[in-house]
Amino acid sequence: MLTLLFFALENPMPSVMLRKREDGKLLFYVAKKDLEETIETIEFDSPEKWGGEVVLGDGSKYYFEPMEPAPKIPLTLQAKRL
Amino acid sequence: MAAMTREETEALIQEVLEVYPEKAKKDREKHLAINDQSLEKANKCITSNRKSLPGVMTIRGCAYAGSKGVVWGPIKDMIHISHGPVGCGQYSRAGRRNYYVGTTGINTFGTMNFTSDFTEKDIVFGGDKKLAKLIDEIEVLFPMNKGISIQSECPIGLIGDDIEAVAKVKNKEHGKTIVPVRCEGFRGVSQSLGHHIANDAIRDWVLEKRDGDDSFPTTPYDVAVIGDYNIGGDAWASRTLLEEMGLRVVAQWSGDGTIAEIEKTPKVKLNLIHCYRSMNYIARHMEEKYSIPWIEYNFFGPTKIAESLRRIAEHFDDTIKEGAERVIARYKADYDAVIAKYKPRLEGKRVMLYIGGLRPRHVIGAYEDLGMEVVGTGYEFGHNDDYDRTIKEMGNATLLYDDVTGYEFEEFVKKVQPDLVGSGVKEKYIFQKMGVPFRQMHSWDYSGPYHGYDGFAIFARDMDMTINNPCWKSFKAPWKTEAASEPVKAVA
Ligand code: SF4
Repeated sequence: MLTLLFFALENPMPSVMLRKREDGKLLFYVAKKDLEETIETIEFDSPEKWGGEVVLGDGSKYYFEPMEPAPKIPLTLQAKRL
Repeated sequence: MAAMTREETEALIQEVLEVYPEKAKKDREKHLAINDQSLEKANKCITSNRKSLPGVMTIRGCAYAGSKGVVWGPIKDMIHISHGPVGCGQYSRAGRRNYYVGTTGINTFGTMNFTSDFTEKDIVFGGDKKLAKLIDEIEVLFPMNKGISIQSECPIGLIGDDIEAVAKVKNKEHGKTIVPVRCEGFRGVSQSLGHHIANDAIRDWVLEKRDGDDSFPTTPYDVAVIGDYNIGGDAWASRTLLEEMGLRVVAQWSGDGTIAEIEKTPKVKLNLIHCYRSMNYIARHMEEKYSIPWIEYNFFGPTKIAESLRRIAEHFDDTIKEGAERVIARYKADYDAVIAKYKPRLEGKRVMLYIGGLRPRHVIGAYEDLGMEVVGTGYEFGHNDDYDRTIKEMGNATLLYDDVTGYEFEEFVKKVQPDLVGSGVKEKYIFQKMGVPFRQMHSWDYSGPYHGYDGFAIFARDMDMTINNPCWKSFKAPWKTEAASEPVKAVA
């Protein structure tokens, strides 16, 4: 259990479910970590290019490999913890 | 007793923690919190979804309970095999009161217990052969079943049986859906992981069945009710409201539900989630794969029902929006009468709750509609995202307790002295013996439904008959009442 917990907390490449909230904000959800946060800023956020560094509502930072063109959301992606 | 201040609540928590050894105290401290509405995120004040502390009384269940008992069990036209020793299934059989229509033993199987009844021999030599035989027998004895799920109990994972292989072989042979579910009780910290595993099993073995098949005629108003287990008829009381406002309910997950409904769910326009904790996973999956949006709603008490009906209607055109208003108006006289009758009897009463994964926050509105106040609440197996959703529902400086221990709960109740405690059957008799009015809020104390406008009337009546029951006044022995304790004058 301890090792599992450790893994869940420290896994540097969590699989993230992205979805749009009713108010248009992007939600960042990691089931394993039981984390549901809003995305406050995204480095690249245009129809042509999407991704890069994101900052969540709680201040933590993650990185998505930039995608061209922007993907259709909802979507599950690997993110890197920064 | 007046509402407690922050300091008083803090002092109460410290007092209760006092008896624990240092290490246990440190652990339990993180699970007890004082609500602060200004917080956006619950992880600032409370820790949840962690392993229970060894040595304390926890009220939690196991992953098997979450999968077999909660998610899969109510699917009525499937047979759910409790695979392993007989006890897990037999002692939980039919306890949840998820109502369904059908002839039990012929085309529905909800209250029956099917088990492979493992004995020592099966543990030593493996149980796959027995499982295969069991499935064949089911096909002979209950030919009208629409599918079978294999709900693993602890030993299955421990001895390494290959239930997936058996399921595949038997599926070919009988042509029916056979779903192996790896919900062994030892997985995770509570029944919550069982919900997740069950959701994943539905996703992997059932949901895709009708992909690419458009023979099912759809309408723009198709919805699915997800996470309503029809406890005492809850889903029926909800469904009528949705249908009255003009929507078509294609599927009920999973109270009174069928496997065909589940297979058709990817065709709906909107998923309505009642129990977020146990079924958000599948809703998220359907949103991603089939682009079906989902929203959470709350059908406890008229305030929340009206809010929810309007929020659901937002996703549709004007006919549905008008439908929602029509439904609210139609029942107004009814629920106003309920409030007029019971509010004077219940106003100002204080409630403490400790329930599973949804109701600790969802029933608050219904109590408030009756003028009552929820002064403490907690989840058996909630996660952070549940507490996030709870902070705004609860008053400031009220108590939050996660995976509360038997001792803590009793102490809290002794100190806070609520007029009503709502929790499960394991807590019921303790509090009743302490003289505290109690409602069993998992299966509605053999009552229900509590959802919808019809349910609200029953909810109000039940709370009244519990709190204002004359029995609470007879609790003290007559010679122990104050009047009797006055010194008796010596007879001249
Ligand atoms: S923990 Fe294991 S043995 Fe106990 S009820 Fe759950 S599945 Fe059965």
